[in-house]
Amino acid sequence: MIIDLQRFIDEEKKYWAELESVLERLDRDPLKKMDLLELKRFHYLYQRTSSDLARVMGLSAETEIRRYLESLVGHAYAEVHELREKSRRFSPLRWFFEVFPQTVRQHMHAFILALGITAFGFTVGGVAISIDKEAKSVILPFSHLQVDPSERVAYEEKTGATKDRLAGKKATFSAFLMTHNTRVSLFTFAMGFTWGIGTVILLFYNGVVLGAVALDFSHAGQSTFLLGWLLPHGAIEIPAILLAGQAGFILAGALIGWEQNISFKKRLRAVAPELVTLLCGLALMLVWAGMVEAFFSQYHAPVIPYDAKMIFGVMELIALISFFGLSGKSKERPHAKD
Amino acid sequence: MQRTNTLHIKTPEGITFSLLLAGPVARFLAWVIDFACILVIMMALNIGIQVTQFVSFDFAQAAAILSYFVVSVGYGIFCEWYYKGQTVGKRLMSVRVMDIQGLRLQLSQIVIRNLLRFVDSLPVCYLVGGLSCLLSPKSQRLGDLAANTIVIRESKILRPDLEQILPDKYNSLRDHPPLVARLRQRISPREANIAIQALLRRNELDPLSRLDLFAQIAAHLKKIISFPQESMDGITEEQFVRNVVDVLVQALGTSEKS
Repeated sequence: MIIDLQRFIDEEKKYWAELESVLERLDRDPLKKMDLLELKRFHYLYQRTSSDLARVMGLSAETEIRRYLESLVGHAYAEVHELREKSRRFSPLRWFFEVFPQTVRQHMHAFILALGITAFGFTVGGVAISIDKEAKSVILPFSHLQVDPSERVAYEEKTGATKDRLAGKKATFSAFLMTHNTRVSLFTFAMGFTWGIGTVILLFYNGVVLGAVALDFSHAGQSTFLLGWLLPHGAIEIPAILLAGQAGFILAGALIGWEQNISFKKRLRAVAPELVTLLCGLALMLVWAGMVEAFFSQYHAPVIPYDAKMIFGVMELIALISFFGLSGKSKERPHAKD
Repeated sequence: MQRTNTLHIKTPEGITFSLLLAGPVARFLAWVIDFACILVIMMALNIGIQVTQFVSFDFAQAAAILSYFVVSVGYGIFCEWYYKGQTVGKRLMSVRVMDIQGLRLQLSQIVIRNLLRFVDSLPVCYLVGGLSCLLSPKSQRLGDLAANTIVIRESKILRPDLEQILPDKYNSLRDHPPLVARLRQRISPREANIAIQALLRRNELDPLSRLDLFAQIAAHLKKIISFPQESMDGITEEQFVRNVVDVLVQALGTSEKS
């Protein structure tokens, strides 16, 4: 028990101040590595301050000192007991070419689930449009998709040949697409918190709209226009949204914890870095897709031949599949399946 | 699980430290301040963007859209990473984001708690997040639950100026060290703090309230431990409270060692 509080403070405050300065140094440079002597000293200071806190705990009048020591011990505790590896200095190239594709491969089940739900929605949307023309007004609540596809193609090709509809607006349109699609993707991921139900609904709806548009243009004999229009940006944009679904399902999987013998907190802690990787990766993909859609996809034959647009889209798709399939594979570490 | 306003973390060394959890009101006010900060940043950026309009209106519009998106999504992430769990609003409201186990806050945790605002802000004005905050045992919104974070109240470390209330005078209670030791064992931190705060603020009270308040505190303290009558003869209730505070926080002399 502390009897002479003032003497106790006078004797101990130099150790508290020293610990505080070590912690401040660590805050300023989180990647700083201490040598053995520094580590020993840091551990000693932590233990001494912890012991002081234990002594002050029984001291009724000194709530301020207790709070101060609690904050100091709490701060030092985070440094001493943190087992997660400090991230190495961030290397964007390593992250992009290794970590990102490795993460996509690591959770391939979640990606396939997102793809399956979108494909199911695509089928439902396509069937609905095929058997009931009235379904168009319900499924496609966008005015530019309500018109007859043949009329639209004729209009686009005629006006596109004589004037640039997006002249002076391309960058604005591109920025709008980037931010809008990123918002939708982040929302798709965030809805994973509803045990994945929200993510399923959004992916399914996305698939329904896509299927309805595809079949509508196909029935009108405008498949070439559709592919030329959608492939250049869709080859990247649609997989990006699937990645958002994948991230949503990973989050949902960690929440549900099916067949996992670890606590809720540990499950979420384990997937957090992977979710961030997927979200940053898909945001980059959507930046590219936004630029392609505004500067390339909106120009049709005769300005840009459909074949050239389709070849560009297919090449993008092959590059994307190769990237996710092969990039960083040689440096992959064995890991647990999701 | 029972709702609490304090999170206790026990270290492997057997020491327990506590973190005061921030309530929904403080967090909401912090968010309002942050929202205002985002608007101010956007206004400042727009001034710069306006200049580029003379070169390209299209570019200026695109820059405005992108910068609003980046600032609105990135503000919380950047501030909480750079200021170790605080934004401007959180700093002003003295609250901070912490790892739920008291460990170092990771960037991935900050990103996830900020991105899940998309769900927490549904349907309007953070209704989902607010309800989650009210219902969860540790006042966590959904983003906090997913990221394993909590928001704590930062206590201000201010030592009371005891010298102004405890002049170096004779204290009759010091003549009874065993009773003083028993008093220090029995009195709770809250009770001691009430006595200290009453002494610190005594000049703010009107005379009658002051007499009444110290009479009540003295009566309560006497119930905790009773000192011999001779040690209380000739001193007012306020002086008794001052003497009690004195023996609680000041040196007791050379007969006892730490």
